[in-house]
Amino acid sequence: MSLLTKQVTVSLPFLRFRFPALGLLGLLLLLALVLAISIGAVSIPLSKLITSDLTAQQQAVLFSIRFPRVLLAIVVGVALAVSGAALQGLFRNPLADPGLIGISTSSALAVAIVIVLAGPLTGLLGLYSLSIAAFLGATIACLVIFRFAKLTGQFSVTYLLLIGIALNALCAAGVGFLTFLSNDEQLRTLTFWTMGSLGGALWPSVIVASTIVVPASFVLIRSARELNLLLLGENEARYLGVDENKLKRRIIIATALTVGAGIAVSGIIGFVGLVVPHLVRLLLGPDHRLLIPASAILGASLLLVADTLARTIVAPTEMPVGILTSLIGGPFFLWLLVKQYSGRFGL
Amino acid sequence: MIAVSNLSYSAGRQLILEDISATFEAGKVSAILGPNGAGKSTLLKCITGSLTPDRGTISMNGRRLEEYSLTELSVKRAVLSQNTPVNFPFTAEEIVLLGRNPYAPNKNSAMDIDIVHETLELMDAWHLRGRSFPTLSGGEQQRVQFARVLSQIWDQENAYLFLDEPTSALDLKHQYQVMELIQKQCADKYWSVIIVMHDLNIAYQSTDKSYFIKDGHVHTFGDSKDVISADALSEIYSLPIDYAARHINFHAIQTD
Repeated sequence: MSLLTKQVTVSLPFLRFRFPALGLLGLLLLLALVLAISIGAVSIPLSKLITSDLTAQQQAVLFSIRFPRVLLAIVVGVALAVSGAALQGLFRNPLADPGLIGISTSSALAVAIVIVLAGPLTGLLGLYSLSIAAFLGATIACLVIFRFAKLTGQFSVTYLLLIGIALNALCAAGVGFLTFLSNDEQLRTLTFWTMGSLGGALWPSVIVASTIVVPASFVLIRSARELNLLLLGENEARYLGVDENKLKRRIIIATALTVGAGIAVSGIIGFVGLVVPHLVRLLLGPDHRLLIPASAILGASLLLVADTLARTIVAPTEMPVGILTSLIGGPFFLWLLVKQYSGRFGL
Repeated sequence: MIAVSNLSYSAGRQLILEDISATFEAGKVSAILGPNGAGKSTLLKCITGSLTPDRGTISMNGRRLEEYSLTELSVKRAVLSQNTPVNFPFTAEEIVLLGRNPYAPNKNSAMDIDIVHETLELMDAWHLRGRSFPTLSGGEQQRVQFARVLSQIWDQENAYLFLDEPTSALDLKHQYQVMELIQKQCADKYWSVIIVMHDLNIAYQSTDKSYFIKDGHVHTFGDSKDVISADALSEIYSLPIDYAARHINFHAIQTD
């Protein structure tokens, strides 16, 4: 009986590295943060930042341009990486991505409708209408997915994927049609938005995005244990005491919220949701209890670095960060496919 | 004890199980046998609750299956499904440890670890514990999954163990070891064990009761040693009698 009462914490092998690993990633984020704050059109050296010895111009840049931009990169990075990690677990497929079940393209269609049909939108009003449109797009995609999944009687992953394919095709056609209808100015807005950029960072977008992304990410982190069991299979998770339908519903809603919030403020930034969880899995193993928080930190760091690069390498203009992430993410995805094909997947 | 009464199940218009009634006793290993497409796996899925029958009831220990909560079931019942691929690089030991999850949601006790190690050893998978699960061979994966399922109810008496073709990927030695282990645990811990299988040889040697399903009905049932006969096989599998007799003679030679 002594065995029964003796509660010793014996964690999974890689969980031993949990806190050091998260700490190291946190350090990386801090480093990226300092870098992103000091580099730019107006340089703000670290030494001046610490001693608060800043000119009026530097202060203005810091508070109204640099801070919101950096914070937005962090929030969007967290949103993309965490939703990617959760969706890969949900679909039990390491190649899943927020774009896969049609949420991203649905958001894109909603935004395209606003840009093309609602006429020229500028300033805060424009930003807000785009945000609301992206949320609505993501929500509608979720409702459609749910309705169809219910028709089939069970919440099968295969059906979800097939519905995602249909949604993606449908929304891409919609966006294409709207592109055809649009005038030159709208076309330009549309193009930049679909390339993904954090150039529009303002305090309101930071606040709107973080109030959604932070709670939704917590919901996903709290579902980590059940996600681990879901990797064994839907029935297997059920046999181990997980109500898999409730779990799936919770994850889809939380993911739609994070993805919608991210897309609303930054457009479509591809591959972060795919690449980041993969890197974490390579380093720390597949346990979601570690994977999701670590992905959040790494996603924030990577997008921060990518965005800093995007706004400095072609200065004085800036390139959309989505181009940069796709440039890195595309080959990475191909490499994953080759690895999967050769049977050494995820190792 | 598991009691199935008047169970019917259809997929679309296709009637797969019709009016099945059967009792599976505790402390006994029961085999569900029959030709391909007879409805064996469907019956098992109805018994585990992953399919909802059109009519009929399933009760475990006198209580209806629907009345059990998922949490209650997770510490009383373990199920080994046919194909359980895992696409993520968990180690074999981590996979087995997932079986202890109903008892230790957040941290595993020393007892959990002991049980995981014991089941890994008994399944001859101790040497695989540090290997990445997706890189294991089919038979190795099956043994590791089996260890996970065993660890889930290892310290429970009167538990339920449902296995869908547990030996399909195993070599002779491991088939033998696994069946021996099931028989012993079943008798010691008074488990109710139901195995869907194809291998009549193993069913004859290692199970107590056999239920032949044919065309959605229970065709024959009884003690395995009695009901697995040349006449029954010839009729159930539509085999020429001399071929069925040869099959029976084959295992008669082995056992005598």
